[in-house]
Amino acid sequence: MLTIWAILIDGLIYASWLFLVAAGLTVIYGVMRILNMAHGSLYALGAYASASSIGWYYANGGDQLWIAFALLAGCAIVIGAIAGLIMERGVLRLMYGRDEVLMLIVTFALLLILEDLMKLAWGTTPYFAYQPYAALGRFNFGVLSVSGYQIMVIGVSVVVGAILWFWLERTRTGKILRSIIHDREVSEAMGVNVRRMFTMTFVIGAGLGAIAGGFTAPIISVVPGIGVEVIVVAFAVVVTGGLGSITGAAIGALIVGLARAASIHTMPQLELFIIYAVMASVLIFRPNGLFGQATARKI
Amino acid sequence: MGHSLQPKSWQRTLLGTATSLAIASGGILGFAGSASAQEDTFKVGLVTFLSGGASGPFGVPAAQAAETVIKAINEGTLPAPYNTKGINGLQLESVVIDEAGGPTKQVEEYRNLVQRQNVDAVIGYISSGDCLAVSPVAEELKTFTIAFDCGTPRLFPELESPKYFFRTGLDATADNVGAAHYLKETRPDITRVAGIQQNYAWGQDSWNDFQLSMKQLMPGAEFVDNQTPQIFQGSYGTEISALQTNRPEIIHSSMWGGDMEAFVAQANVRGLLDQATALLTTGESGFNRFKGQAPDGTILGGRGPFGAFMPDNDLSEWFSKAYEAQHGVPPSYPSSKMAQALLALKYAADNSGAEGKPSDEQLASTLKSATFESVSGTVRMALADGHQALQPMYYGEYYYSSETGPELRNIRSYSGACVSPPDGHDAQEWIKSGFPQADCN
Repeated sequence: MLTIWAILIDGLIYASWLFLVAAGLTVIYGVMRILNMAHGSLYALGAYASASSIGWYYANGGDQLWIAFALLAGCAIVIGAIAGLIMERGVLRLMYGRDEVLMLIVTFALLLILEDLMKLAWGTTPYFAYQPYAALGRFNFGVLSVSGYQIMVIGVSVVVGAILWFWLERTRTGKILRSIIHDREVSEAMGVNVRRMFTMTFVIGAGLGAIAGGFTAPIISVVPGIGVEVIVVAFAVVVTGGLGSITGAAIGALIVGLARAASIHTMPQLELFIIYAVMASVLIFRPNGLFGQATARKI
Repeated sequence: MGHSLQPKSWQRTLLGTATSLAIASGGILGFAGSASAQEDTFKVGLVTFLSGGASGPFGVPAAQAAETVIKAINEGTLPAPYNTKGINGLQLESVVIDEAGGPTKQVEEYRNLVQRQNVDAVIGYISSGDCLAVSPVAEELKTFTIAFDCGTPRLFPELESPKYFFRTGLDATADNVGAAHYLKETRPDITRVAGIQQNYAWGQDSWNDFQLSMKQLMPGAEFVDNQTPQIFQGSYGTEISALQTNRPEIIHSSMWGGDMEAFVAQANVRGLLDQATALLTTGESGFNRFKGQAPDGTILGGRGPFGAFMPDNDLSEWFSKAYEAQHGVPPSYPSSKMAQALLALKYAADNSGAEGKPSDEQLASTLKSATFESVSGTVRMALADGHQALQPMYYGEYYYSSETGPELRNIRSYSGACVSPPDGHDAQEWIKSGFPQADCN
C-alpha cells in the first residue's frame, strides 16, 4: 500500500514538472508549427539565471524567502523572454513558411549555439541553489516524505496550466491564436497581424521553458547539457499527448509521470524504457497522440 | 540548511570561460608556450573533460592541477625528489584536449595528438569508455600514455601485454572492496543495504563489486534496493521515495560529480539521510562544497589517498598550498590524481637515462614496475605487469561546522594488497573466492 501511495505522489510530482517543461514546447508548435529543439536551451537559460540570482542573493546575506522566489521566477522569465525575442526576430522570422523539417534543423542549430553561449557565460562548474528547496521543508507520511518545494511545483504547474487554458479559450487574443491555428492564410486575410502573434507566442513559449528551468534549478545541479537532457523527455510527453495540445501535454505528462514512478518503485532498470514504451503504445493506436488532430494537407 | 553550494569564485568562472573559449576556438588549450614541437621542449597531450557534466567537478579541477604542476616543473619549484627544472631538463609544454564526445571521438583526438601535433606523451581520461577505447591505440602507435583517473577494472584484462599504457590511479574494485571493509569495521550490525548508481558501466560495475564484497565480509546484510537513474538526471525525487519505502540503513552510491551532490542535497531535505547513512565512493569531490547539505557521519571515499585523504608529506603539502593559492579552493581528488600522473611522467623522464628527450620506450621501461613518490605517498606500479598502481584505499566520515569548516573523522585505510586483487587475478573471481592472498593487516 505504501508503494502505491508513493507511486501516486511521485508520479504526480514528476508529471507536474514534465508539464511545466512541455507546455511552452506545445504552445509554440500548436500556433507556429515549429518543433522547437532550442526549447531545452531556454530551459537551461532559465535554470542558470535562477541559480545565479539565488546564489548571488544568499551569498550577499539575503534571507527573505519571498525575495528568493521573486528572483527565481523574475530572472527566468526575463531571460527566457529576451532570448525568445532575439531568436524569433533574429532567426525564425526569416524562415516562416519553410518546411517543418527545416525549422527543426534551424532550432537545433540554435540549441547548439545557445549551449556554447551558456558555457561562455557561466563556465562549466555546476551551480547549486538549494536554499528555496531546503527552506520549504518536508511533509512526512510514515517513512515516506515529500518536500514542500515539490508540492509547490505542483501548484505552479496547475496555475500555469489554468492561465494557458484561460488565455487560449477565454480571451480575445486566444481566439485570434486559435483562428491562426485553424487557418493562417484566412486569418491574415481577415486582418490578423500573424507575424506579431507569432512573436508573442514564441516569447511566451520561451518564457514558459525558462520558468520550468527556473523552478527546477533549486532541485538539481545546474550544469552544461541539462537542456539537451530535458528536451528528449519533453518531446516524448508532447508527442504522447498530441503535438500542439495543452490538454494533451497535461494528460501526457500525467501518464508518463505515473508510468515512470511505477517503474522506479517496482523495476528501476526499466525507468527510461517505460517512458518511450508509453509513447510508442499511444502512437500505435493514435498516431497523432492522445489529443492531436489529423489535419488535411493543403496542396 | 541555507548554505550556498554555489561556486562564487570569479577565478573559477573566468577559468570556465577561458576553457570554453578555448573549446570554441578549436578545443585546444596549452599551458606553456606555443604548440610547436621543438627539441628543447617535451610536449604532453592532456585529455580531460572541459565541457559537459563531468567538466565542473572533475575535468576542470584536473586541468587546473595540471596548470599548477606544469608551472612548478618548469620553474623547478617542486619539492624533492622532483626539484630539478623541467622534464629531464626539457621545458614541459602541454596541449589540452576536451574529453567530451565519446570514445570514437577520443580515438580520433588521440591519433591527432600523436600523429599531427607530435606530442611526446599523453596523460588523460576520466571516462572508463575512453580509457578502454584509447589504450589499444596507444599500444598501436607506441606512445607513452598515462590514464590518470578512469576506474574500470576491465582496462588491463582487455589490454593484452601492455607496453606503453599505464594507470596511476586505482580502479573501482578497490573503491568497493574498501567500502565493504569500512562498513564491516565501523558498522558491523547493519542488516539492510541499498544502492543508487548511475545507469552505465561505472555504476553497474561498482554495485556488482560492492555486493560481492559485502556477501563475503558481511553475509548477514540484505540488499533491499538498488536504484539506477540516468547519468546527469539531476532530480532524484522518485528514487528517494523508493529508497525510503525500503528502509535501508546504508545507501551505497558510486554516483559522481554534480549528480552525487544533487542526490545528497535532495535526500537530505527529504529526510532520507536521517533514516540511513550514505556511503559515497566518490564523495570526496564534494568535501569542500557540501557544507550543511551532507549530514554529519556521511561516509566519503576519494578513490584512494587523494584530495582530502592525501597523507602529510612535502609533496602533498606543496600541492595543496600551490593549488589553493592559484585556484582559490583546496584540491579535490581529481586534481590530486592529475598531479600524480604528471609526477609519474617526470619520474619516468628524469630516471630514463636518456640524453635530452627520452623515447617512448625509455619512458615506458622506466615507469614499469617502478616505485615513485607522489602527493598520495609512495606509489608502486605493482599490478598489470607493472602498468597499474597499487595504493591504499581510504574512507572517512564527513563532519561540518560553520566555524571550522569540513573535516574527516574516523578515517580508515586499507592497504593496496587488501583491496586490489593480486596481479593476474580477475577481480570478480577474486572477490567471490573470498579475497585469496589479500593482506589486510
